[in-house]
Amino acid sequence: MNLPLTPATALLAILVMALVTYITRAGGVMVMSRVPIGPKVERFINAMAGAVLVAVILPLAVQGDWGARLALVATLMVMLTTHKPLIAITAGMATAAFWRLI
Amino acid sequence: MSAQLDTQGTLWGFKRMVPLSLFVIAFGLAFGVAAIQRGLTGFEALLMSGLVFAGAAQFASLELWGPTIPLVALIATTFAINARHLLMGAALYPWVRHLPTGQRYACLGLMSDSNWAMAAADYRRGESNVGMLVGGGIALWLAWMLGTLLGVVFGSGISEPERFGLDVIMGCFLLAMLVGGKPQLSMLIPWSVAAVAALLAIYFLPTNAHVIVGALAGGIAGLCLPVATPKAAS
Repeated sequence: MNLPLTPATALLAILVMALVTYITRAGGVMVMSRVPIGPKVERFINAMAGAVLVAVILPLAVQGDWGARLALVATLMVMLTTHKPLIAITAGMATAAFWRLI
Repeated sequence: MSAQLDTQGTLWGFKRMVPLSLFVIAFGLAFGVAAIQRGLTGFEALLMSGLVFAGAAQFASLELWGPTIPLVALIATTFAINARHLLMGAALYPWVRHLPTGQRYACLGLMSDSNWAMAAADYRRGESNVGMLVGGGIALWLAWMLGTLLGVVFGSGISEPERFGLDVIMGCFLLAMLVGGKPQLSMLIPWSVAAVAALLAIYFLPTNAHVIVGALAGGIAGLCLPVATPKAAS
């Protein structure tokens, strides 16, 4: 379902996101008070959490310019070596900016 | 074992979260800049930070934001990214179930990764005060709002965001979150399955279906994987 972007639909989208996020925050406790969350559900959620990030990033890598692709490579390499997200993100942005400068 | 919530414990939790909150300001700034650049108004960016209060989901929503808003993909993405909250909340259940119902569900609204981690450590130590969850959550929320505000102000003054690499913030942030935490090699299989499924969806399915397809494919792959036992891991 695609809604044309208007101030009202933007507000609706933000409220829906807020509701869904709150449900995830409160849901764990709500569910546990009835049935315990088993290891299978836990495996599914853990794998899905990373999988959705992969899916969201993918178009940037596939359809983006080389500046964007190299930015992702730089972020990945700095993240694997330093484990510091802020440095990794800065490295990614700097790479994209530099690539587009030359 | 009981649990209680009071002002003193909340202030203590707030103070313990201040150092980490300074980093959150920087992430909030990045979000504010990216949101403005993506066409959100300053008010919308601040409203999203205030009500959603979940970095990765907010950055991902910007990737879906455009001339039209894909509501189903947005709901699926928000849920899939934030589904980890379900496990986090479940872990705290034996602790917070002693709180009055209203307090319990209000506290959970502030649950984020860092204050959860510190609160869970408190709980394991036998602490009965849930102030770390609440005070830490308030500190993180204020930092996230302040950062977003700075980003909105700063981002409004930039005319050519691509020149400064600002258009890649979202992708770089999400990738850093994916790799961050504790990278597990066992996750490479579900992630690869997700990548292949999402790639096929990009080319053969309607716009934005790749998010749902990737999340489900990765989740199912994780479910089907044999559970790694310590012996099998050698």
